[in-house]
Amino acid sequence: MRVPIGWLAEHVDVPAGVGVEDLDAAFVRLGLEVEEVHRPAEVTGPLVVGRVLEIEELAGFKKPIRYCQVDVGEAEPRGIVCGASNFAVGDAVVVALPGAVLPGGFAIAARTTYDRVSDGMICSVRELGVGEDHAGILVLGDSTTGTTPAPGTPAGPVVGLDDVVVELAITPDRGYCLSMRGIARELGTGLAVPWRDPGAVTPPAWSGEPAWQVTVEDADRCDRFSMIALEGLDPTAPTPWWMRRRLAQSGVRSISLAVDVTNYVMLELGQPMHAFDRDRVRGPIVVRRAREGERLTTLDGAERRLASDDLLITDDSGPIGLAAVMGGASTEIGSGSEGRATSNVLLEAAHWEPTGVARTARRHRLPSEAAKRFERGVDPEMTVAALVRAAALLAEYGGARVVGTPVDVDTRGPRPTIALDAARPGRVAGVPYPPAQVTELLEAVGCTVDGDASLTVTPPSWRPDLTDPADLVEEVVRLAGYDGVPSVLPTAPPGRGLTERQRRRRAVGRALAEFGYVEAPSFPFVGTAALDALGVPADDPRRQVVLVRNPLSEEEPALRTTLLPGLLAALARNLSRGIRDVALFEHGAVFPGGERSAAPLPGVDRRPDDETLAALLGAVPEQPWHVGVALAGHREPRGWWGPGRPAGWADAVQAARRVAEAAGVELTVRAGERAPWHPGRCAELLVDGRGVGHAGELHPRVCAALDLPARTAVMELDVDALPPASVPVGPRLSSFPPVFVDLAFVLDAAVPAAAVEESIREAAGDLLEAVRLFDVYTGPQVGKGRRSLAYSLTMRAPDRTLSGEEAAEVRQRVVAFVEQALQAELRG
Amino acid sequence: MSGANDPYDPKQVAALSPEALDAAVAEARRAFTGAGGLEQLAAVRPAHLGDRAPVLLARRELGALPPAARADAGKRVNAARVAVTEAYESRRAELEGERDARVLAEERVDVTLPWDRVPRGARHPLTTLTDRIADIFVGMGYEVAEGPELEAEWLNFDALNIGRDHPARTMMDTFFVAPQDSGLVLRTHTSPVQARTMLSRTPPIYVVAPGRVYRTDELDATHLPVFHQVEGLAVDRGLTMAHLRGTLDHLARSLFGADAVTRWRPSYFPFTEPSAEFDVWFPEHRDGPRWVEWGGCGMVNPRVLVACGIDPEEYSGFAFGMGIERALQFRSAVGDMRHFAEGDTRFTTAFGVEQ
Repeated sequence: MRVPIGWLAEHVDVPAGVGVEDLDAAFVRLGLEVEEVHRPAEVTGPLVVGRVLEIEELAGFKKPIRYCQVDVGEAEPRGIVCGASNFAVGDAVVVALPGAVLPGGFAIAARTTYDRVSDGMICSVRELGVGEDHAGILVLGDSTTGTTPAPGTPAGPVVGLDDVVVELAITPDRGYCLSMRGIARELGTGLAVPWRDPGAVTPPAWSGEPAWQVTVEDADRCDRFSMIALEGLDPTAPTPWWMRRRLAQSGVRSISLAVDVTNYVMLELGQPMHAFDRDRVRGPIVVRRAREGERLTTLDGAERRLASDDLLITDDSGPIGLAAVMGGASTEIGSGSEGRATSNVLLEAAHWEPTGVARTARRHRLPSEAAKRFERGVDPEMTVAALVRAAALLAEYGGARVVGTPVDVDTRGPRPTIALDAARPGRVAGVPYPPAQVTELLEAVGCTVDGDASLTVTPPSWRPDLTDPADLVEEVVRLAGYDGVPSVLPTAPPGRGLTERQRRRRAVGRALAEFGYVEAPSFPFVGTAALDALGVPADDPRRQVVLVRNPLSEEEPALRTTLLPGLLAALARNLSRGIRDVALFEHGAVFPGGERSAAPLPGVDRRPDDETLAALLGAVPEQPWHVGVALAGHREPRGWWGPGRPAGWADAVQAARRVAEAAGVELTVRAGERAPWHPGRCAELLVDGRGVGHAGELHPRVCAALDLPARTAVMELDVDALPPASVPVGPRLSSFPPVFVDLAFVLDAAVPAAAVEESIREAAGDLLEAVRLFDVYTGPQVGKGRRSLAYSLTMRAPDRTLSGEEAAEVRQRVVAFVEQALQAELRG
Repeated sequence: MSGANDPYDPKQVAALSPEALDAAVAEARRAFTGAGGLEQLAAVRPAHLGDRAPVLLARRELGALPPAARADAGKRVNAARVAVTEAYESRRAELEGERDARVLAEERVDVTLPWDRVPRGARHPLTTLTDRIADIFVGMGYEVAEGPELEAEWLNFDALNIGRDHPARTMMDTFFVAPQDSGLVLRTHTSPVQARTMLSRTPPIYVVAPGRVYRTDELDATHLPVFHQVEGLAVDRGLTMAHLRGTLDHLARSLFGADAVTRWRPSYFPFTEPSAEFDVWFPEHRDGPRWVEWGGCGMVNPRVLVACGIDPEEYSGFAFGMGIERALQFRSAVGDMRHFAEGDTRFTTAFGVEQ
């Protein structure tokens, strides 16, 4: 809501010396957030009102040029060249005299142009920096009517150069503050100064027949419908400059006098209105719901298929307006320019039920200024007041006169009251307020308050948001000032700290970070292309995605089922920025798709029953927490120590092992096959024999498709699939000396190292303390298709020094077992 | 050699004469000092401290002396032996010192050489700051509550007093999920965790709920479609706005220093009443101490308590929420929101594992 302070000051007695900063602070205290303060553009030097005395049309130039004699309040008129032609002799205009500097440092001087000396400039709105209109110069009005300032009057105040516009963010509960009336009341209360209600209008004594025949069929959605008829409107009458200026300051485009007046009154009183061309309304007006198949062409030219929930204003021809949202084209006011001039008008001001308006506005994607106000609540007392105000303006500036008496279909019930314990605001705030203060503050809001300790409060008509005691409490605390609430730290009961799951997530992230991976959280939006690039097969569960109905990008309409697309995009981004060695990790939720029942939408007047609640929670899909890594370039950089080590499959597998360690579970690994991994360099990750993820190098085709370096390695595992860590048992430490034995086996290269180690452990038994693979050899010495794996075994007894015979026996057992089980031979 | 019973004058036994001993000591000192290295020193040692060295030979003569003279001569011999030993040890220490100094100097390295063989990793500042905030609350006895990012519409809106056709609902810029009647949205705030918590626990409730939330804003320097909040909720008997302020002040002091406090501005959230936005006084701001906008807060709307099965006449509650990105913007002077989303390692590495 843009609030021109000059306009506001008509209704509030802002004390002298109160600056924009003070107003800003006052608005903020009241809960009206100041989004921006628009200060007028800087103009220096002489800027005056001028009257056009003579116009000489200069011929022979590419465009029409006028040479004007303009009275600027001096002894002699000044000759001024002007390229616009939207003005006539007698018009009052704004003249920048030599010495003036317009916004943008545009200095005015007397100069020769189009063979004449131009002794100043007649200004357009844009040149003055008060608007965007540059179609012609700014005409203040016809000076012969006596309504424009005298020539020579300083023009700054006239055109609003001294006027500040404050842009307020109005929260959705305060629809009332979408008007000068509401803001004036708030500011009057906030500054404790007098203010006048522009809505306090007494209707004149109209007489005659009712303006029109009106029936409201849906009183639930329209509890008040008021209308007056006007005749004799001059369709060409211009909107006065001051009104156009205020509309412009408020961000509203000027269209025609009739439309501008309805907009102006809406801004002033908060009551949206609509003007119909009376001569084009066919028969009685009926307010009703739309019927099957009905259509309406709205003012914006769009033909709209109506839903049975849409509320309409209709006549014998059918719909002529989408109630509270937008008028119809068939009864649009014509100002003459489109070959149709309206001189007889039906003005409508009604009160519509907010949620219905919201549905219609949303359905037709028409968030109009009117709909915005009705959705947030409009004062139903304002319908007739607004009509009176509009009629007066149309009479003054358009020569229109009211005929007949107003229609006022009013089916409102009595306003509900709220019972409030006067001590309640103090109980909520934690600071006591005397009952007298509670009453006083509620009255300042406009409430009627009865009682002393148990209050009966009737909220004002303009505050439909006040329905519960809590709403009244807020008003009291807000106006008493939030600054008065003391600071007291409550004592929470003892908590149990983080859950195991929360600790595990932290441990996993920290372990990877300390292992040299950089966390790179990405947005979880993906598209088919990303899964295609990964070579994910059509029947892969990762293809079953949850779709967003209104995605930011049509290319990425789905939620991720794997972390890899985001990780690889971040990897590519880093590489493209010239970072060559990159190791990233991400952990977060993924969103598996698939069929599921819709989540119910129970009422909110009580806790949903257990069955409904279970259905509600059950309809929300599981969103498992995954962790993934992606790395390219060198895992260890080259340096003065040597050439460095390129990243590869083993790093990805090791990252998984690191995750498992941090999670306190034992990970085993076996050869796996899954997109997007290289089929020969993919490890399946298992815990307790159950697959939890994969790690390895990307398939070369994937690297090519994503333009990633060869050997880019990735890992992804499902952290939520890991079993709970068991509480570790402290090992018994033997202080007897160990025996070290090294063994190298030559065996088929296809036998996994994991199988060899498993066999060694099995054969060695309890005396084996540790086993470690320390060398892998392939080459002519062991033969084609075979390799040598060398292990270092540490053996130790818990209760004695191991004898040479015992150690030899274990060694013998291991050798025999491995040779037999894996067709291995001991390397000499 | 003299007979045992001869009258005896030790001065006449040449080897025991003070002159002879002094000469032996002096000779030893000369020899030791003359040794240029440990090997040389070892080579001359037997001549002065070996079995045949003068001072050791002199000792053997002692037995020949009458008992009266023996004590006196014994002292002299001993003193001479000690003097030679000391001379030796002192020279050896000197030479060893020289050797050590030489070897250590030869082994000198350039300790400024980099050894960054293991690359540096980092946690994302959004993660570390979230953990830090959670820890502050855990320290106060709160527990960390969780909820899903893909959330039931009812929990994201209805339960929080954001009615179907309420403007606040449209203003939330919500991502909706197919099909149309799925009843699911990408949560627009962490507040549905409030509802989940109240539906699953009984008061007293003190929880904090960090997490990722979604709004349909295009990514630019000041907007993120995916961002992070921390939500707090307390429901207990007798909780007031004063307790809310006390809690936020404590958080501000814990995060931003002892001088930090909060300031409230009246605002509107359907799920709290009264509602406020809060600013925090941030003394360390790069442009000087100032108030910075941080989050929203208020007393839990009794309607929300009712929808979650808590009696508003018995219990009251407060809730608050703030943006993690927002906090990083001023706490760490992050100017461009896109940095949070790009995964550029240069950005994240600057924050390390814990900062």
